[in-house]
Amino acid sequence: MQLAFFYFFSGLSILSALFVIFFRNTLSAAIALVVTLFGVACLFGLLEAHFLAAMQVLVYAGAVMVLFLFVIMLMNLGREELLKIKLAFLGIIGVITGVCLAILLVTRFMGLSAPLLSLDLGVEYGTVKSVGKLLFGEYLIPFELTSILLLVAIIGAITLARKPQS
Amino acid sequence: MILLSHYIVVSAILFSIGVIGVLCRRNALVIFMSVEIMLNAANLAFIAFAREHGGMEGQTIAFFVMALAAAEVAVGLGIIMAVFKKQGTIDLAKINFLKG
Amino acid sequence: MEKIVSYLVGHCEKLQHLPEDFIYLALQVVAGLLVLMLFVAPFAGIISFVERRIAARVMDRVGPNRVGPQGIFQWLADGVKSLLKEDIIPAQADSVLFRLAPYLVFVGMFAAFVVVPFSSGLIVADLNIGIFYLIAVTSIVVVGIMMSGWASNNKYSLLGGMRSAAQIVSYEIPAGLSILAVVILSGSLSIQSIIKAQGAYPWQWFLFQNPLMPIAFISLFIASLAEGNRTPFDIPEAESELVSGYSTEYSGMRFVFFYFEEWANLYLIAAVSTALFLGGWNLPSAVVSWAQTKGDVLLHLLQFLTFFIKAMVMVFIIIQLRWTLPRVRVDQLMALCWKYLTPIGFVVSLGWQLGWLYFLRECLWSVM
Repeated sequence: MQLAFFYFFSGLSILSALFVIFFRNTLSAAIALVVTLFGVACLFGLLEAHFLAAMQVLVYAGAVMVLFLFVIMLMNLGREELLKIKLAFLGIIGVITGVCLAILLVTRFMGLSAPLLSLDLGVEYGTVKSVGKLLFGEYLIPFELTSILLLVAIIGAITLARKPQS
Repeated sequence: MILLSHYIVVSAILFSIGVIGVLCRRNALVIFMSVEIMLNAANLAFIAFAREHGGMEGQTIAFFVMALAAAEVAVGLGIIMAVFKKQGTIDLAKINFLKG
Repeated sequence: MEKIVSYLVGHCEKLQHLPEDFIYLALQVVAGLLVLMLFVAPFAGIISFVERRIAARVMDRVGPNRVGPQGIFQWLADGVKSLLKEDIIPAQADSVLFRLAPYLVFVGMFAAFVVVPFSSGLIVADLNIGIFYLIAVTSIVVVGIMMSGWASNNKYSLLGGMRSAAQIVSYEIPAGLSILAVVILSGSLSIQSIIKAQGAYPWQWFLFQNPLMPIAFISLFIASLAEGNRTPFDIPEAESELVSGYSTEYSGMRFVFFYFEEWANLYLIAAVSTALFLGGWNLPSAVVSWAQTKGDVLLHLLQFLTFFIKAMVMVFIIIQLRWTLPRVRVDQLMALCWKYLTPIGFVVSLGWQLGWLYFLRECLWSVM
C-alpha cells in the first residue's frame, strides 16, 4: 500500500521535474514545478513528517510559486518561446554531467538497505510539538538567526524593487 | 517494503535533474526553479534519514532549508526583476554587462 | 472510524483479505465524497439562492421565485442550465492551463473541508496539524486563480487574477496571526481539540476569554472575507471595472466551479470562525448526558445543529455585509492589511504573553 503511494508520488515528482527543465514555456515550467513540490510534500507525508509536508505546501505553493508566477506575468515571458534549448556544446556537457552524477549517486545509494518501517516511532514523531521542542531548545540560535536572515531578505527585496529616487 | 534507499535514490534523481537544469538552461527563472528542485531533493534526503534514525533533527534542518529557500527566492527574484528592467532580457547568455 | 472498520471486517468476508490501511483509506475517500455531495454541494447551491433573495430584498426587488415554492429550486435549474451550456475556450487561450485552473481552485477549496468538523465524531480526518493544514491547502487556490487569469489571455482576467493573488497572499498574514492567538490559548492545532478547549456557554468561548480575543476575531473575520474575495474586498472581480475578473472568459461547467468555490468558501469562513472562536459544537453537559441516554445519533445531531446554526449566523452576517458596504480601492485594501491588521495581529498574539509577564510581576510584588 505504502509502496504504491511511494512509486506514484516519486514518479510524479521526477516526471514533472523533468518537465520543469525541458518545457520551453516558462509558465508551464512553473506549473510543473508546483506539481513537483506537491509530490515531494506527499513523500514527506509518507515519511511521517506531517508538519513539514504542510509547511512545504504553505511555503512553496502559497508563497514561492506565487512570487514566481507574479514575476513571469510581470515580464510577460510565458507566451513567446523566448529561450529555446539549443543543445549547444555546453548544453550537451551539462546533460552528460547530470546523467553521470545521477548514475553515480544512484549506484552509490542503492546499497543503503535499512528498512524504514522497522523503527517504532513515538506518537509525537513529526508533529509540531516535537519540531518546536528542537527549534526552541537545541536549535534556538540558528532559529533566531533565520529570522534575521528573513528580515535581511525582506529589506533586500524591497531595496531592489523600489524605484530609484531621482 | 520501502527501504531507505528508495527515498535516497529519488532524492538523488531529483538533485541530478536540478543540476542538469542549472547547467543547460539559460533562462534565469528556470535556473532558479532548478535550484528549488535541488533544495527539495536535499530536504527529502534529510527527512528520509531522520525517519530511519527515528530522530527529529533532520526535520528541523529541513525546516531551516525551507526558510532559506524562501529568503533566496525573495532576493533572487528581486535581482532578476531589476536585471530585466535594465536589460530587457533574462537570457543569461545575453546579460554580459557588469555596469548597472 | 475504528468501529466502522472492525464492523466491516467482521461482517464481510471478502474484506478480510485486504490490508487494513487500505480499508481506512477507502473509507476516508468515501467520507470525503459524502461530505462533498451531501453537504457542500447542496449548501453552496441553496446559499446562492438565499443570497440572491436577500440581495433582492435589499434592492427592493423580488428575486428568483419561479422554480418551486418561493424559487427554492432555482439553484438546481441554474446548475442544469450551466451544464447544458456550450463550453467555450477562447482561441487565443492557453487551453491546457485554461482547463486545469478551475479544478485546481476546486481541489484547494475542497481539500480544506477534510478538517472541518460537523460534530464531536463527524469529521473526515482530525489531523494533529488541523488548522495549519487548512491554511496550507487553501493557498493552492491562489495558484489556480493566477493560472485562470493568465490562461484566459484577456487583460481583465489577468488583472483580476493578479489582484486576487496579491490580496490572498497578503491577508494570509493577519489571518495566521489571529489563528495563532487561538492556538496559544488552546495549546493545540487540531480543530477538535481547539473546540474541546472551549465550552457551551458564551463566557467559555475563546471570543470572550480575554479582552484581546474579540480583536483577534474581528481581524480574522476581515482577513477571511478578503481571502474569500467577498465584498467589501471583491476588487478581483469588481463588475464595474473588470467585467468578472479571473472568471470572465469561463462559461458552462467551469464557470460553475468558480462559483461553487466562492460559496463553499463562505461556509468555510463561517465554520472556521465558529470552531475557533464561537465554541464549535459544544453543548451544555446536562444536554450531553441526556442525549447520550437516547443514543449517539441524537447527540451528534444536536452537536451538528449547534455548529450549523452558529455557522449560519456568520454566513448571514457576511451576506448582509456584501449588500451593505461599498467596495474598497486596491491601495486601501493593502493599507488595511499591512498598516492596520498585521500590527494588530502581532499585538494580539504577543499581548497574551505580555499579559502573563505582567501577571508574574504582580505575583512577585505580592511575595516581596
